[in-house]
Amino acid sequence: MRKTKIVIAFLLVLSMALLSACGQSATAPVSGSENKPQGEAPAAGGDKAPANQAPVKIGAILPYSGVYASLGENLTRGLELYFDTVNWEAGGRKIELIKEDEENDPQAALRKLRKLVEKDQIDFLTGPVSTAVAYALRDEVDSKKIPFLVSHAGGNDLTRSKGSNYIWRSSFSSWQIGHSMGKYAYDHISKKMYLVAADYAFGHEVVTAFKEAYTAAGGEITGEVFPPLGSNDYASYLTQIKGANPEAVYAFFAGSDAVRFVQQYEQYGLKGKIPLVGSGWLNAEDIRPAQGSSPEGIISTMFWDYHLDTPENKAFIEAYEKKYNQRPSIESIEGYDAGRIIAEVLNSLNGDTSDKQKVTEAFGKVAFTSPRGPIKFDPKTHHIIQQLYVIQTELKDGKTENKVIDTIGEVQDPGVQ
Amino acid sequence: MDILAIQLVNGLSYGLLLFMITSGLSLIFGIMGVLNLAHGSLYMVGAYLALGITKHVAPSFFAALLLAPLLVALFSVILEVGLLRPTYRLGHLSQVLLTFGLAYVVHDLVRWIWGSSVQSLSIPASLGSSVELFGQTFPIYRLAVMGFGLIVAAAMWFFQEKTRWGAIIRAGLSNREMVGGLGINITVVFTVVFAIGGLLAGIGGVAAAPILGLFPGMEFEVLILALVILVVGGLGSITGTLAASMIIGVVDTFGKVMFPQLSLMIIFGLMALVLIVKPTGLLGKQVN
Repeated sequence: MRKTKIVIAFLLVLSMALLSACGQSATAPVSGSENKPQGEAPAAGGDKAPANQAPVKIGAILPYSGVYASLGENLTRGLELYFDTVNWEAGGRKIELIKEDEENDPQAALRKLRKLVEKDQIDFLTGPVSTAVAYALRDEVDSKKIPFLVSHAGGNDLTRSKGSNYIWRSSFSSWQIGHSMGKYAYDHISKKMYLVAADYAFGHEVVTAFKEAYTAAGGEITGEVFPPLGSNDYASYLTQIKGANPEAVYAFFAGSDAVRFVQQYEQYGLKGKIPLVGSGWLNAEDIRPAQGSSPEGIISTMFWDYHLDTPENKAFIEAYEKKYNQRPSIESIEGYDAGRIIAEVLNSLNGDTSDKQKVTEAFGKVAFTSPRGPIKFDPKTHHIIQQLYVIQTELKDGKTENKVIDTIGEVQDPGVQ
Repeated sequence: MDILAIQLVNGLSYGLLLFMITSGLSLIFGIMGVLNLAHGSLYMVGAYLALGITKHVAPSFFAALLLAPLLVALFSVILEVGLLRPTYRLGHLSQVLLTFGLAYVVHDLVRWIWGSSVQSLSIPASLGSSVELFGQTFPIYRLAVMGFGLIVAAAMWFFQEKTRWGAIIRAGLSNREMVGGLGINITVVFTVVFAIGGLLAGIGGVAAAPILGLFPGMEFEVLILALVILVVGGLGSITGTLAASMIIGVVDTFGKVMFPQLSLMIIFGLMALVLIVKPTGLLGKQVN
């Protein structure tokens, strides 16, 4: 009798655990490794007559529940903040935002997309956080010719082998994140490096890109370890890393993983002895308060920082804090820029979104100075070309703050290699 | 050699942390026959209450360690009396589903109250430093958690084996009707047991919070491990739960070091092995 109960309990708990497959870490940039066949788009498509007076409908598929809810919330806040500044109007048309929950579930998100396309007849799609979800939406977007501005999901293939004429990405690729630190780490940190990253597709992609740039510069990798995503305890990994006596450590963790890893890095006495470098999620704006003083001294690369000293960033932060009474995060700026990019596309077309080819071409011409610095698109890969910054965490009056200490310069994703 | 020794200490400290979290679940399941899938939620509520207490009431970790588990115990009493009691007559499935549903409700409540971003409880300053152990740096807080876990285990053993209350509880496990026939109010006994279970979950939550962090979802991470420990250790045996926690802690730690990619599988593999070789668990009693 009790056996049956345990079995039932296990089935329940495990099914739940599987549902949130890579959802163990609270705010990780998600990636998945699904292999969808590359369906080619049917050539014919019934173009509707331009309805310039009707509002432009933008569908946003973002996580509003589950472990990534805070990312979805910040992306939406950024998006809505931008539309506020233009009075929810661009190219002479009203903007209407329709939000759907991506549920961190590729199949559920695909159903939401079909609803957005068939019932709401959206003109633009933006989102999602999970790369697995983005891959699942890819074929439908491609065949229905829906201009799709990816505002977070960072898996490399979305603008490479799984790319589409209608997909543009304004956030980042894992390649941009990892590659940007390679040469800088060799020049300024150490000639030998130990790698540690969460064991999922995105973590591997970031580390591979870092390795590529670091070894090309002449650096040597002395060891690597991949703890599972959402590990409770990094004690054994940290003891192992310390035992290997590396000159420096490059780490990729995000969300709750980053909090645990960085805190335990200090508790196990590695902080201050072995320099810790990584991606900007290691010491991100929204998790540093939870890390206490442990992130002090981390050097990371990211495409935006709260303390980036430009008039655009200052204005953005002021407006954001006024509206939401909270500091913006990396995701907030992603949402804000996605809003502006879509508005710029609408302006350049005078609100006429009837010709999907013209709409997607208009994305390629968008270029402006965002709070994160000058951004533009690579018309070949459909990927954003942006500045990456070197960010260091400092301790000030018992609290940590980030500081931009250097710039990597413009980083362009190479596309299919 | 030093590295191996320190990894063993790592494993034991992780195991004792897991014991503190699992002991309440084991107690409730062993004695009441209720598999409380909301146990992880009680653990999470304990951790968040500690965060709330240190932020708004008294900025002291030890005050939180004292107060938060008591509040969780109170919360458990409300759950037991209000929701769980009517299900004792129904099948076990209804209890499992009820507590599982409850876990989701608590999950959303916590997210609503404390937000979905990750937070952490700071380690008290007196335990914040590190010591040299086998030539390696080791955080004092973890040593304190180990000591505290052993104290909890000893106290539970003493309570269950040496006191009158423990005898009543053990009797209730063997034959509910007979205990009732002897003039003992078994309903009250159940409520008390459930409250103790909640108290232990709360203690586990507060003790683990500085190490594992706080975020909605933390309860399910822990629940899976707790169920594995329950199966490996056997039902109705505190010693079994303690042994299983230590074994899982050590196996997990060495698994991570030697086969980093397989660490989760190793734990489940161990559980499967125990189920095949000794289906009642390592020290489990044959019940029913």
